[in-house]
Amino acid sequence: MSQDNAPAPYARRSPFAPRWPRKLIGTLLTIAVTLLGLLFVTFMIGRVMPIDPVLAVIGERATQAQYDAVLLELGLDKPLLQQFFIYVNDVLHGDFGRSIRTGQLVSEDIARVFPATLELATLGTLIGVVIGVPLGVLAAVYRGSWIDQLARLVGLVGYSMPIFWMGLVGLLVFYGILGWVAGPGRLGVFYQGIVPERTGLLLIDALIAGDWTVFKDAFSHIILPASLLGYFSLAYISRMTRSFMLEQLSAEYVTTARVKGLSEWNVVWRHAFRNIRIQLITVIALAYANLLEGSVLTEIIFAWPGIGQYITTSLLANDMNSVLGGTVVIGSIFVGLNIFSDLLYRFFDPRAK
Amino acid sequence: MIKTSRSLRTAALLASLMGGVALPAMAETPPNMLVIANRIDDIKTFDPAESFEFAGADVSRNVYEKLVNFDPLDLDAGYQPELAESWEVSEDGTTITFTMADGHVFASGNPVTAKDAAFSLQRAVKLNKTPSFILTQFGFTPENAEETIKAVDDKTLVITLDQKYAVSFVLNCLTATIGGIVDMATVMENETDGDMGSAWLRTNTAGSGPYKVVDWKPNESVLMDLNPNYGGEEPAMKRVIVQHIQESATQRLQLERGDIDIARNLSPEDIASVKETDGLKVVDELKGRLMYWSANQKKDMLTDPKVLEALKWAVDYQGMAGSFLNGQYTVHQAFLPLTFLGALTEKPFTYDMEKSKAALAASDHPECGTIEISVREAQERMDIAQSLQNTWGQLGCDVSLIVGTGAQTLDRYRAREHDIYLGAWGPDYPDPNTNAGTFAVNPDNADEAGNTGYLAWRNAWDIPEMTQDTLAAVVENDTDTRAEMYVDLQKTHQQVSPFGVMFQQIEQHAMQGSVENFISGGATTAASYWVVTK
Repeated sequence: MSQDNAPAPYARRSPFAPRWPRKLIGTLLTIAVTLLGLLFVTFMIGRVMPIDPVLAVIGERATQAQYDAVLLELGLDKPLLQQFFIYVNDVLHGDFGRSIRTGQLVSEDIARVFPATLELATLGTLIGVVIGVPLGVLAAVYRGSWIDQLARLVGLVGYSMPIFWMGLVGLLVFYGILGWVAGPGRLGVFYQGIVPERTGLLLIDALIAGDWTVFKDAFSHIILPASLLGYFSLAYISRMTRSFMLEQLSAEYVTTARVKGLSEWNVVWRHAFRNIRIQLITVIALAYANLLEGSVLTEIIFAWPGIGQYITTSLLANDMNSVLGGTVVIGSIFVGLNIFSDLLYRFFDPRAK
Repeated sequence: MIKTSRSLRTAALLASLMGGVALPAMAETPPNMLVIANRIDDIKTFDPAESFEFAGADVSRNVYEKLVNFDPLDLDAGYQPELAESWEVSEDGTTITFTMADGHVFASGNPVTAKDAAFSLQRAVKLNKTPSFILTQFGFTPENAEETIKAVDDKTLVITLDQKYAVSFVLNCLTATIGGIVDMATVMENETDGDMGSAWLRTNTAGSGPYKVVDWKPNESVLMDLNPNYGGEEPAMKRVIVQHIQESATQRLQLERGDIDIARNLSPEDIASVKETDGLKVVDELKGRLMYWSANQKKDMLTDPKVLEALKWAVDYQGMAGSFLNGQYTVHQAFLPLTFLGALTEKPFTYDMEKSKAALAASDHPECGTIEISVREAQERMDIAQSLQNTWGQLGCDVSLIVGTGAQTLDRYRAREHDIYLGAWGPDYPDPNTNAGTFAVNPDNADEAGNTGYLAWRNAWDIPEMTQDTLAAVVENDTDTRAEMYVDLQKTHQQVSPFGVMFQQIEQHAMQGSVENFISGGATTAASYWVVTK
């Protein structure tokens, strides 16, 4: 066997064959399979549930002839798999069908409700990160001190208090009694329709329009539910941050850094904290994704027309088109945030490069 | 000091939340704007040919005029002329000729004519959506609609029925949402794919009523402004906003803060709190919704009249109405809601375990047996079901609850698979036949007949004689005689039927003290915003 023909145990990659196209194709394939699987499971659950989707459309007073007509119109006379492939084909063409509950196209419904959730979740996560991360770090640095006790108390309350009750108490105190914030909904009745909808994010739209009155009103409406969600996020983020930091602060390189005479600030923030960034990204991404799913109870209490309430109400009304459409959006968010986390990993962790 | 007072205040607030202590009423909405908190997530469309939900009916009543309609300030007077100033009935009773009134104009500026009326009714029949049965029961079909509903000229509309009916029956049906008259020109301008404007009317309105819909965000809000061409007296409320607020506690807070004028879905606890608050008031209104149980006649034990009698005596009517249903329901035991023509006020059954046990002992099933109550997972229904489980259990029956979503329990009911169904029924149109025609009519009891629209069929109750009696009342033109016929029907029904009607709904509306004339429509129609003042 000649040397030339022998397979090299560790073949060198040609410099002209970059890895990224294969990786990109692999990632896209994973996304497609994940979303298709999600769609399949949700679709099948919706179809095998012991409730009649035709009745959800026509109500209980309809005649048998009307029932039969709608059954055919919805294609429910076809085999399940065929129904599924028809649905997937429609989705690929951007048609999620019409919601039987709102009478509107599901894509229009989602375009209306998702920005409400996005705005609330983003602000909630910002609050959670801005307060939760420093609190977690301080709790770890001053372990056993009152700051640590406070951080643990915040975490405990955040985990044990029902969000429903917290929301009602928040409304009662800050809206009902003190009048510091506006009431339920996204905007006061006097401000509706003033600012043209560009992004669906009211704060951003008001800024684009340069209308500070509307901005103030929108902010006054969002700050309480966002703070509530932010509080629950910060309870999780601060607890995890504390745990990560404790692990780092007990590592030998920290002791070495202290022995070298580095300031405590440098030890904590430039060394220990840098090493928990990657873990923290996962935690924050998960917290954000959870809020983007929509906090149903918060949305109900604050009459916030978001996607969580939309999907839940649709599910209870057996409005499967809406449920499937919403599920695809939520699924895409999770997949998107995962990819985003991966990218950040590569950025912050040299080993991942 | 500040810290202490703040702590005390916070503690007081929490106590108020827990104890339902009322807060003082504060700011107020503009004097010419009505802001209402309601659950409006059932609105699917504004098209009167398709709309069949409560919140949709509220909007429709304020947007669309009808040939005849109810005066909100005098609902007991029954239907009154609106778009039709008068009508004549042919000698054989099958043709009604309406003369249109002058001065009614659509929001578009087009005058309302008989052609619009004919188009609207024909359209409702041709589209054949769920509420179309309200019109098609008179023999109109998509094929004959243009022949049987005709505009002779701009002032004259002629409708031809398939047989003689009581005029009150026909006109009552025309007051339903489906009788709303749309602007033919505007609707047809927005027709797509031969849908007669159906897709456009889902989110837009084209009526001649006091208001027009300016903006609708599903599950969020409906905004209505004055119709500038409205022919009637100009309403005091120039703008009406209905906000979707799901939670009772949130509605109450908004009312107390003065951010809304009316809260329509308060729990009994919140109603009690509002009653204690200065500047706020609560107005009760009897609605048409009935709460009942029914026994499937496919189950041997439940066909025994004595068993049914025993079950009717073993219901704690007053106990439930006085406790968890307090203020929300009143005891009522006939299939026609109070305020309907021919409604029976007698309540022969009380909670009497001795009579109940005696009836059961006289039956073929003195030991009772297993009974499954099919009930949807809603608080008030679960409470009622548990009460029945308790009191029927005292008879020796082995009662279990089959709990499901609304759709699940309804599926079982329509498939005739239940033992006992615990449910609610609301009238579709303000005529006694709406309930009589389902509680006391079963045209064919066979499974394959699939008469799911009839409650009597769902319970497999075969009643050829009662069906005949009920249908006879539909053609009786003397109103007093007709009313008597329904009273007699209900008396028999109360005693022999497998239905145990228990309660009629009361709607309690909490509002600012300054709000006057808010009428949600009673048992016969929907809300009327144009008469509200504040």
